[in-house]
Amino acid sequence: MKGSRTFWTVLILLAAFHAVVLFAGFFAPYGYSRQNRDFPYAPPTRIHFVDSHGHFHLRPFIYGWQASSDSYGAYAVDSSETYPIHFFVGGARYEIAGLIPSRTHLFGVTAPGQISLMGTDGYGRDQFSRFLYGGQISLAAGLIAAALSLLLGLAIGSLAGFYGGWLDNALMRGGDLFMALPWLYLLFAVRAAMPLHIAQGQVFLLIVVVIGLIGWARPARLIRGVVLSAKERNFVIAARGFGASDFYLLRRHILPHTYSILLTQMTLLIPQYILAEVTLSFLGLGIGQPLPSWGSLLSGLQQYYVLASYWWMFLPAIILIPVFLGYSRIADALQERFAVVPL
Amino acid sequence: MRLSRLSGSIVAACLLFAAIAAATLAQSAGKATPNELGTPGGTLTIALRSEPKTLNPAFAADQSSQDVIYCMNADLIHINRESQRTEPDLAESWTVSRDGKIYTLHLRRGVRFSDGQPFTADDVIFSFRVYLDAKIDSPQRDLLIIGGKPISVEKIDAYTVRFILPQRYAAAERLFDGFPILPRHLLQNAYAESSFSKAWAVSASPSQFAGLGPFRLAEYVPGQRIVLERNPYYWKRDAAGKQLPYLDKLVFLFVPSEDAQVIRFLSGDTDVLDRFSSENYSVLKARESAKRFHMDDLGASLEYNFLFFNLNDLAGKNLPQIAAKQAWFADVRFRQAVSSAIDRAAIVRLVYQGRASALAAQVTPGNKLWLDPAIKPASHSVQHARDLLKAAGFSWRADGSLVDRGGGPVEFSILTSSSNAQRAKIATLIQSDLSALGMNVHVVTLDFSAMADRLLNSFDYEAAIMGLADGDADPNTEMNIWPSSGGMHIWHLNEQRAVTPWEAELDRLMNQQLVTLDYPKRRQLYDRVQQIVANQLPIICLASPDVLVAAKDRVGNFSPAILEPYVLWNVDRLYVR
Repeated sequence: MKGSRTFWTVLILLAAFHAVVLFAGFFAPYGYSRQNRDFPYAPPTRIHFVDSHGHFHLRPFIYGWQASSDSYGAYAVDSSETYPIHFFVGGARYEIAGLIPSRTHLFGVTAPGQISLMGTDGYGRDQFSRFLYGGQISLAAGLIAAALSLLLGLAIGSLAGFYGGWLDNALMRGGDLFMALPWLYLLFAVRAAMPLHIAQGQVFLLIVVVIGLIGWARPARLIRGVVLSAKERNFVIAARGFGASDFYLLRRHILPHTYSILLTQMTLLIPQYILAEVTLSFLGLGIGQPLPSWGSLLSGLQQYYVLASYWWMFLPAIILIPVFLGYSRIADALQERFAVVPL
Repeated sequence: MRLSRLSGSIVAACLLFAAIAAATLAQSAGKATPNELGTPGGTLTIALRSEPKTLNPAFAADQSSQDVIYCMNADLIHINRESQRTEPDLAESWTVSRDGKIYTLHLRRGVRFSDGQPFTADDVIFSFRVYLDAKIDSPQRDLLIIGGKPISVEKIDAYTVRFILPQRYAAAERLFDGFPILPRHLLQNAYAESSFSKAWAVSASPSQFAGLGPFRLAEYVPGQRIVLERNPYYWKRDAAGKQLPYLDKLVFLFVPSEDAQVIRFLSGDTDVLDRFSSENYSVLKARESAKRFHMDDLGASLEYNFLFFNLNDLAGKNLPQIAAKQAWFADVRFRQAVSSAIDRAAIVRLVYQGRASALAAQVTPGNKLWLDPAIKPASHSVQHARDLLKAAGFSWRADGSLVDRGGGPVEFSILTSSSNAQRAKIATLIQSDLSALGMNVHVVTLDFSAMADRLLNSFDYEAAIMGLADGDADPNTEMNIWPSSGGMHIWHLNEQRAVTPWEAELDRLMNQQLVTLDYPKRRQLYDRVQQIVANQLPIICLASPDVLVAAKDRVGNFSPAILEPYVLWNVDRLYVR
């Protein structure tokens, strides 16, 4: 099929990206909450192969930094100190996939050297590490919320489409109501009503669940349409004639038609809900410090001085653009592919 | 006392003490006021963070309203924002009776309102009747209630007024700043018809206004700007005898965010800028010469940011989890350990980029006359903090987490307002500092009104970071904070009687300084207040940001002060070159 090479390339790149995020602890040189208070807003570290004397080193190295004493956020490279980059080094403890504890990191330098591929934030925390850890939360948010929306959409859409009548009317008008909800304000209200005692993680999960629960209406409409047309098809009517139960008809004959819709909706909804998380964190409603998420990494950009002075704070946004483009490319490809298959 | 952005009612409560203050204050260190002879004409533009809610001085509780009202009105005795001393304004001179209770003020003759009507004692009597009226319930009213009794005002003749205080009052002269004189001829009908609360809304026609200040209202465009024009009847003259103000027009633009204000200033839309962060200071500083403006760091403001724990009486509140944690919070060793673990130098460096002062108690270095130099700077020592916690019966698990006597993990949340990025950043630093002690701290940012509701009504919080900004340098501005009956006794509101001996001492000291007229004696009393705050830590003071201002080079006589309104206090003498 045309474009299938690009499709697979995009899919593999996305999968690789997600794997890096999943194993953030291994790829990140530092913990997400480690503050190096001597280096707030330090620019990305440059990696060198050739030292100041012109000698080439096979092992890459970085130079030390010297914070300027009179002007905040200004740093000078101190080429007298070099820190070679080591691979598979011991460091901060982390858990692989939240289960297996480990201390091995892909790369690192010995303290007091600091390697910050994406610079540091206002607390001197390594942005690269925070970006990877933040991805775990943001992707989890996208996946959970999208799965919830689709499950609910599938259940409600197929019920409405299959049974029709007053049930259909009630469910679909309910969906209209949900679509008209100003969900951002709803979330503000939910957040304000929550007690302070519950942990940030739970706050976040709750918000994700809320996003997921109120997003069911659109997929439900699509699925209802598919179910509506599928149930009038001859083989369904025939099966009904042989005495098949409603549940059997739905499971065996009707729902398989919705899989393509589910798949494309999934690829559309995941980035949408990741962005919803980004929006929430951007507005200060998402996950709290010191846990990172992509949204909270971007929320620093709300401030003019960050925009004007620290360009590396944009890096998370720049990396996210191809990720979201990848998702939408896959959604396009899936839509194209399934559009050719006759129903 | 003005609280940095709590809800209207609190701001009102805080305002009570905005204008009171000390009998004598020394010259603030700093250069002399530039008092150049200016050239008349020209327009000055400044941005306001929000639209003024009212232009009626008896109801103004928000910063924007107060700034505009300041430029349109005048008071009897004025606090010079630069010298921090009182000076004659509409009252030319005054005498005080021997017992300190009767103030006789002699009014300036020949002064006219901005509509040309003469100013007399009747206007003063009318104004104070309004401010004292319990039905009007002006936010300043409580200032005029001393020892539970209102002051009384009598007219002696057309240019003499007598104020009778129910008891001696240390800051009586400073009281008059903050009570603009209202025109009786324009407002008495509204007052008689009980429609006073609707008078002088922002949207009222300019012809309905008249004031004794340097400017009068010319135009109000909702959502965009308020334009003031020079008051042709203003009484003040410069050294050459030329009538003030110099400016023809003063334009207030409504620019809702700090960043937008900075950008508008950079693009040349506004001429002066204040109330911006140290981060924006660095951004602006880099473009200072290219854009032809200059910036000033005036040093520590009167604002102090602090962390405090919920010590409110939670009986009947159904908050068992918080009540259980109050056993830690009430132990002074716990509070001292927290204070000792906090790296204030890092707060100053990372949050304020060095443009702030670390604090051990509530008085900032900006308040030179009342700062107790004997108070040692707060030391940062994790080991000392650990020793204190050990002595208080806390211990550590194998994984380093702190547990109390009963084995319960020490975990609490710190509340901050999402509208203040600096305080949220402070909270994150403290979270990291306290994790070194094994405390599991959560930072919760809520929008302002949700936070205020928890702090003042529901008491559903464990710890919070807040800032208070004194309107004046005098200790009397803190009468609503330290005495246990105070409306901003924030760590324990509605405390009927002092719970601890040191709170009882605070009550005694604050009430005593209120009636002590002798400065050295008052100072001793207030020094002791600071020592108690530094040792008992009802609030853990953290840092005081500097007052940062910027003005275009073409603005003459620009002489910002650390008292509000920072850049507009000498607006009658500002001019454009």
